[in-house]
Amino acid sequence: MDCSPVKTAILGGWAKHKLNSTPDPSVCVVALQVAMESAALNFVNTTLNWVTLALDAPAARAVVFGVHIGGHLFVEVLLLVVILFLLSQKSYKPPKRPLTKKEIDELCDEWVPESLTPPITEEMQSEPPVLESAAGPHAIVNGKEVVNFASANYLGFIGHEKLRDSCTFALEKYGVGSCGPRGFYGTIDVHLDCEAKIANFLGTTDSILYSYGLSTMFSAIPCFCKKGDIIVVDEGVHWGIQNGLYLSRSTIVYFKHNDMESLEKTLEKITAKNQRAKKLRRYIVVEAVYQNSGQIAPLDKIIKLKEKYRFRVLLDESNSIGVLGHSGRGLTEYCRVPIEKIDIVTASMGHALATEGGFCTGSARVIDHQRLSSSGYVFSASLPPYLASAAITAIDVLEQNPDLTSKLKENIAILWKGLSDVQGLSIASNPESPIVFLRLEKSTGSVKGDLQLLEDLANRALKEASVFVVVSKRSTVDKCPLPVGIRMFVSAAHSECDLLKACSSLKKVAGVVLKDHICA
Amino acid sequence: MIAIPYLTALTTHFSYGLLFVFGHVRDFFRKLMFFTNDNLQGYAPICLGAEDFYIRRLYLRIQDCFGRPIASAPDVWFDVVERYSNDNNKTLKRTGNISRCLNLGSYNYLGFGGADEYCTPRAIESLKRFSPSTCSSRVDGGTTLLHNELEECVARFVRKPAAIVFGMGYVTNSAILPVLIGKGGLIVSDSLNHNSAINGARGSGAIIRVFQHNSPDHLEEVLREQIAEGQPRTHRPWKKILVIVEGIYSMEGDFCKLPDIIAICKKYKAYIYLDEAHSIGAVGKTGRGVCELLGVDTADVDIMMGTFSKSFGSCGGYIAGSKELIQYLKYTCPAHLYATSISPPAAQQIISSIKVILGENGSNRGVEKLSQIRENSNFFRSELIKMGFEVLGDSDSPIMPIMLYNPAKIPAFSRECLKKNVAVVMVAFPATPLLLARARMCISASHTKEDLIKALEVISQVGDLVGIKYLLGEADKQQQERMKLE
Repeated sequence: MDCSPVKTAILGGWAKHKLNSTPDPSVCVVALQVAMESAALNFVNTTLNWVTLALDAPAARAVVFGVHIGGHLFVEVLLLVVILFLLSQKSYKPPKRPLTKKEIDELCDEWVPESLTPPITEEMQSEPPVLESAAGPHAIVNGKEVVNFASANYLGFIGHEKLRDSCTFALEKYGVGSCGPRGFYGTIDVHLDCEAKIANFLGTTDSILYSYGLSTMFSAIPCFCKKGDIIVVDEGVHWGIQNGLYLSRSTIVYFKHNDMESLEKTLEKITAKNQRAKKLRRYIVVEAVYQNSGQIAPLDKIIKLKEKYRFRVLLDESNSIGVLGHSGRGLTEYCRVPIEKIDIVTASMGHALATEGGFCTGSARVIDHQRLSSSGYVFSASLPPYLASAAITAIDVLEQNPDLTSKLKENIAILWKGLSDVQGLSIASNPESPIVFLRLEKSTGSVKGDLQLLEDLANRALKEASVFVVVSKRSTVDKCPLPVGIRMFVSAAHSECDLLKACSSLKKVAGVVLKDHICA
Repeated sequence: MIAIPYLTALTTHFSYGLLFVFGHVRDFFRKLMFFTNDNLQGYAPICLGAEDFYIRRLYLRIQDCFGRPIASAPDVWFDVVERYSNDNNKTLKRTGNISRCLNLGSYNYLGFGGADEYCTPRAIESLKRFSPSTCSSRVDGGTTLLHNELEECVARFVRKPAAIVFGMGYVTNSAILPVLIGKGGLIVSDSLNHNSAINGARGSGAIIRVFQHNSPDHLEEVLREQIAEGQPRTHRPWKKILVIVEGIYSMEGDFCKLPDIIAICKKYKAYIYLDEAHSIGAVGKTGRGVCELLGVDTADVDIMMGTFSKSFGSCGGYIAGSKELIQYLKYTCPAHLYATSISPPAAQQIISSIKVILGENGSNRGVEKLSQIRENSNFFRSELIKMGFEVLGDSDSPIMPIMLYNPAKIPAFSRECLKKNVAVVMVAFPATPLLLARARMCISASHTKEDLIKALEVISQVGDLVGIKYLLGEADKQQQERMKLE
C-alpha cells in the first residue's frame, strides 16, 4: 500500500513519456489502459486502507497476551474457518446398496448344497463279524468257535464269575441306568465307592468317574487348557486326545512319535521363544501304551525333561492299567516314577478292567475342578451303577491275584517269539506292550492299498484258521500319520496252545496273501 | 418367554452384587494371607484364579444342594444319603443315614429306572451270556447279535430306515457333527441348545450362527442373510447348512416349533438335525417323540438323534437316518471306530423297554405308562399354575421349571423340600442365564396321584415360606373371574 503512490508515479511517468513521444493511437489505448489501471489501483488502495482502518480501529494497538492483533489475523481466521468446513464434510463414499429382497430370493434359489454324505463306495459297505457269545479268549463268530485276539481283555476278566455276581447284584438293586447327571441325583453310592477304590489303588488323593472311555480325555483336556496355553503332544495319539486338543483352542505342537530327542528339541524351541511362564500353562500329552502303534512311552525320560523345562504331564493309561508294573498299577510303577509327578492321569476302563467308562485321577485340586467344569461329566448321565460295581470287583480281583500280570507278560513273550519270523510282516510294537502291532514290511504305497491287503489277511485268518484278528481302522477326521497294521490284543486268559495256533496260522495265511506282494 | 418382575429383578441384581463384593473381599484377604503352595516354582497355576471365582465364592456356599448321592435305584421313592460338612461346605462327607424321599429330579419319564419286572431278568440273562463289556470297538470285535438287533429295533421305533447306536449320548453329538460337516459349512443352532451339541459344532470346524430360541422367523432371517453373504471374508457359497434343534428343551420344558422350522429348512435347502434326548419315549401317542406329537413326517427330518438314559432307563445314544447316512457313519465316525461298544445288558434293557412301550411283550403296560405320564404332567402343571407359581413349558411336556430368580432362594427351596422328604433339582448359572435360576421338576409315569398331591402340598408350603408365588395375584384374579362367570 505504501508503494502504490510509487507505482502510480511510475506508471504515470511512463504513460506521459509514451504520450509525449509518439502520438500513436495504440499508444493512446495503452496510455488509457494504464490510466485505468492506475485508477483501479488507486481505488483498491483506498478500499484496503479503509478496511484496514476499520479493522484496526476496534483492536488497534491492542495487545493480547503479548501478541499484537493486526488485520492479518482476519485472514488467518478466515482460513481456519475454511479448513474446518472442509474437514467437516463427509469423505466421498460410494453409496451402500444393501441387497434387495428379490436379489436375496434369487441367491437362495440358486444355491445348491452338497449332499449330506458322499456317495457310498464299496469299502464303506463292509460289515464287521458278529459275535454270538461273550468276547472272551474263545468266542463264537458266525457259528464257529474262534480264538479271539480282537478284544482288549488283557486280564481275562470277561466271563469271570466274581464280576458277573457283583453285576447281577447291582442290576437287581439299582436297575440298569442311573437316570440323571452326577449333579442331579445321578450320584449313586457305588460311584463314590469306585472313585475311592481307584484312588486308593493308584495311590492318588482322588479320582473322578466318566461314563464313557472316549469322553474322558476330550473332556479333561479343555478343562485345563485354554486359548493361549501351549501343548506338546506326540503325533500318534488317538482321536479322543486330538479332539480334546482341538476343543481347547490352545497352541499345539507335535513331536515325532515316541522320539525323546524330538521332544527335547521341541521343548527347547518353545521355552526359548516364550519367556513369560507365569500365566502360560504348558503341557506334555502322551499315552502310556499307544493304541495306534503299541509303543510304550519312556516315562522316566519324560519326567526328566518335564522338570528341566517346567511342563506339566498328562498321561493316558488306558492300555497300561492292570498290565504294566508288577502289581498292575500302570506305567508309573513300571518306570519307577512316583505318581505325584504326573499331574493328570486318565484311563478308559474298557480294556483291562473289562467294564465301560473311564476315570481321571490326580491331586485333589485337579479333580475338584473337573467336577464343575468338565463338560463330559456335568452334562451327561452318570455311569450305570452295575458297571461301576464291576470296576470295583475287577480291581479287587487284580489286587488279590497279582500273578495275572506276570501271566500276561509270558503270553506276550510267547506270541512275540512265534511271530518274529512271519514273512512280509514285522512287529512294530514294544516287546512288553499287550497290543502286538504287525506292520507290512514293504508298504504298497497308499494307505488304501495297505488296508486292502491287511483286511484280506484278517478275513482269511478268520475263515480258514479261526483266528480273529483286526486291522486298525482310521476315521476320516483322524489326523494320525502312523501306518496301519494288524492289531492283536493278548490276554492273560489265552492258553499257550491258543497262542501257538495263532502264530502258525498267521504265518501260513501271510505266506499266501503276501506272496505276490513280497516278490513284487 | 420369561418376563421377570421389576422388583424381583432389582433384588436379584442386588443379591448377586452383594455376593460378588463379598467374594472379591475374601479373595483379596486370601491373597494377602496365604500363598497357595500347590503351584510349584516356575509353573503357572493349573487353575487360574479368575476361572474358578464363581465356584469358590458362590457355588461352594450352596454345594450341598447339588450332587446328592443316593443309595437305591432312581425310582419314584428313593434313599438320599445325608451329608455333613465340617469346613463350611467346602468338603462334604457321607454319613450312614438315609432319608426316603419322593423323587422329582431323575429323568425317569416312563418309570423304567430301577428294577423292572420285564426288563431286568432279560438284562441279567444277557449279562450272563455276553458279560458286562465287549472290551472292543464296534468295528473290531465288539458287534454282537444284540447290537444288530438293537439298531433294527431303534430304527423301527423311530420310523426311519436305519439307525446306529453309541455307548453315550454326549459322545453321539460330539463325534457325529465333525463327521457330517466340516470347514466351509454352516451350523445354525438354537440359542438354548445342549452343551453336547455346542461342543460337537465347535469340534467340527464349521462356522456357527445362533438363532433366537424357538423363533422360526429369526431362523429364516439368519438363513437368508447367510446364504446371500456366503462364507465370511471369501464370500464363497457354503458347502452345506445344518440346523440343530431339540425336541424338548430341558431347561425350559417347551417343545420345538418343528413344522414351521422344517418348512423353512426345506425352502432354503438346509439339513435339519433333531436332538430328541428328552422327548423320545416320553411324548407322542405311542411314545415316538415330538414328530408324532406335532404331526411331522419323520422322512422330513434328515438326522434324528436321541438318548436312552431318560425314558428307557439305560445309557447310550442313537442316530437314525437314511441307509446311506448310517452306512457312511459306520465307516467313518470315530465313536464307532475307536470307542468301546455299548454294554450288552444296557442294550438288552433298551430292547426290552422298547418292546414294552410298543406292547410287543403281550401286555398293555406301555400304553398305560404313556397315558399316565401325560395325565400326570398336565395335572401337575395346572395345579402349580393355580397355586400361583411361575411355571414354564408347554402342556404335555413332563418337564416343569419353576422360576426362583434370587440366588438365596435356591438353597432355601432345596433344603426345605429335602427336610420334608421331597427331592427337587435346582438349576442355576451356568446352565441357565445368571438371573433366571429355577427349580426343575421331572414327572414320571410311575408317580401315583397320592405322590403328586403330597408333592404339591410340600411345594406349596415351601413356596409360601420362600416367597416364589410370583403370579399369585393373577391366579387369584383368574379364579375370581371364573367365579363371577359362574
